[in-house]
Amino acid sequence: MSSRGLDARVEVRRGGFVLDAAVRAAPGEVLAVLGPNGSGKSTLLGAVAGLVPLAGGSIRLDDVVLDDASTGAFVEAAHRPVGFVFQDYRLFPHLSVLDNVAFSPRVRGRSRAEARAVAAGWLERLGLADLSRRRPHLLSGGQAQRVALGRALAGSPDLLLLDEPLSALDARTRLDVQAELRTHLAEFGGPSLLVTHDPLEALVLADRLVVLEGGRVVQEGSPAEVARRPATEYVARLVGLNLYAGTADADGVALEGGGRFVVPDHGERGEVLVALRPSAVTVSAQPPGPSSARNTWAATISGLTLLTDRVRLDLDGEPSCLVDITPAAVADLGLSAGQRVWLSAKAVDLEVYAR
Amino acid sequence: MTLDARERQRRASTGGASRRPPAPLLVPALVGVAFLVVPLLGLLVRAPWGDAWRILRESQASEALRLSLWTSSVATVIALVVGVPLAWLLARSSFPGLRLVRALVTLPLVLPPVVGGVALLLAFGRNGFLGRWLDEWFGLTIPFSPVAVVMAETFVAMPFLVVTVEGALRAANQGYEQAAATLGAGRMTVFRRVTLPMVAPSLAAGAVLCWARALGEFGATITFAGSFPGRTQTMPIAVYYALETDPDAAILLSLVLLLVSVAILVALRDRWLRGGTV
Repeated sequence: MSSRGLDARVEVRRGGFVLDAAVRAAPGEVLAVLGPNGSGKSTLLGAVAGLVPLAGGSIRLDDVVLDDASTGAFVEAAHRPVGFVFQDYRLFPHLSVLDNVAFSPRVRGRSRAEARAVAAGWLERLGLADLSRRRPHLLSGGQAQRVALGRALAGSPDLLLLDEPLSALDARTRLDVQAELRTHLAEFGGPSLLVTHDPLEALVLADRLVVLEGGRVVQEGSPAEVARRPATEYVARLVGLNLYAGTADADGVALEGGGRFVVPDHGERGEVLVALRPSAVTVSAQPPGPSSARNTWAATISGLTLLTDRVRLDLDGEPSCLVDITPAAVADLGLSAGQRVWLSAKAVDLEVYAR
Repeated sequence: MTLDARERQRRASTGGASRRPPAPLLVPALVGVAFLVVPLLGLLVRAPWGDAWRILRESQASEALRLSLWTSSVATVIALVVGVPLAWLLARSSFPGLRLVRALVTLPLVLPPVVGGVALLLAFGRNGFLGRWLDEWFGLTIPFSPVAVVMAETFVAMPFLVVTVEGALRAANQGYEQAAATLGAGRMTVFRRVTLPMVAPSLAAGAVLCWARALGEFGATITFAGSFPGRTQTMPIAVYYALETDPDAAILLSLVLLLVSVAILVALRDRWLRGGTV
């Protein structure tokens, strides 16, 4: 079978930790690898780059075998056509910005003058031409990030790996650099693998998402799919949804943690997940009268957190729930921790899907 | 108690408490300083400044100094060529017996130099197990020659360089080397273009330390190379012999060595005199 792009099944063991994940990325596609700390995201990138050898599986790029544990084939990191942008950039402190970017073409055989010309071209494209003589320690975070990207691209790689490329930036710079990065990733012809733990970054930059937890892929799909129908508690929390596991019957779902949602016509049977937006839940201080909301249940407030423009209530009940309401509503209802309230949710706001 | 304006300013800006040292610390500290400085003052006070130039010329000091300078420089170059790869091996590779090798390499640091001289003599002397073959096959006789001086100095001084550079290699962030590898650099290129430049300050410090130790070498040199003026009599050995025959010359020669040492300290001031780490 012939295929362009990246095709990797990566198995790495480190102490008790096992990473066993398959990822594919087509040319021009940006694949975000999302996961909590210790999920194996960086190890996955390290394996693709050749910094970590495989214990099992194989890695192919445009049908060239880079690593294959079954045959023992292994291409050293230095000989892989891969550009790597590290989380901490790792710009060489003893080289100017220009020579940092010229490093890859130079060590891959170009003359010093040619390598510098290539580097100057990239710096121009990235809007960094004024900084070419500067040493890395004099760069701002955003500038260093761009230089790191330029250095990775200057080697004309066939595959781009980015390890949390924006995590070291402050919030304001991050948005600017993110927008630029999006442009450059779109221009890059090969597949890109972007590791991140920031769901927003993944949603903005990626064409497709792979969620890694405990060394395994738990979900894969378009950003919209993942955001709407999270497969695990972790993903649900990332995208800000309540998630419940349960068993579906004809007109509802019996939840594993206790409680039941009435959802007519959901079309699923057996083991399902139910996602519920925190802002779709209504809070009442008194038991509500008859209403269009099909689901009503009692709960106790265990915590209140002020988010920028709303208050997030942490509620214990069957089921437990996160609910977002306005600060004004909190004041009007006189809500405080330990208080008993009634929650209601419309059936249409409950997203039911197979596990 | 009062607090003057300057002290108020200092405490306000640096947040420090009083810097006045308590007597139990101050007194021994001053004794320590005196112990290190008084002998050097003795040199300066007793020096026959009036006849200095004549005495130095008559004492063959320039010959001894020239010999000392070039032998210690050659020893340093050898230490660099051999010692840096050795330091890399100790810091970055793993092989059975690595710890033993490291112990052996650092042994000359703690070994009395005269023992080193005896060992060199037993190995490379005319009847030594290597020296015998060198003599028979190539007609080479090493002991009591300038080559022996260089060997003795290298033996004693190289570990200073190896230890310094190895420490720097261990402390260096290997993330840069990984980055270089992903950019297409092979292992030797990584070493040349990334590793070496990053440990350059420690490399320089190690080389200076090694050179200074070689310059001051006495025990191993006199044992293995003897004391032939113009051939193997280095500055420290010249000082030692002059002390018996011409104390004024000994003092002046010592001052010359002191001057060289001070020059080294000045060269290294950024590293050590500002209280930083190596």
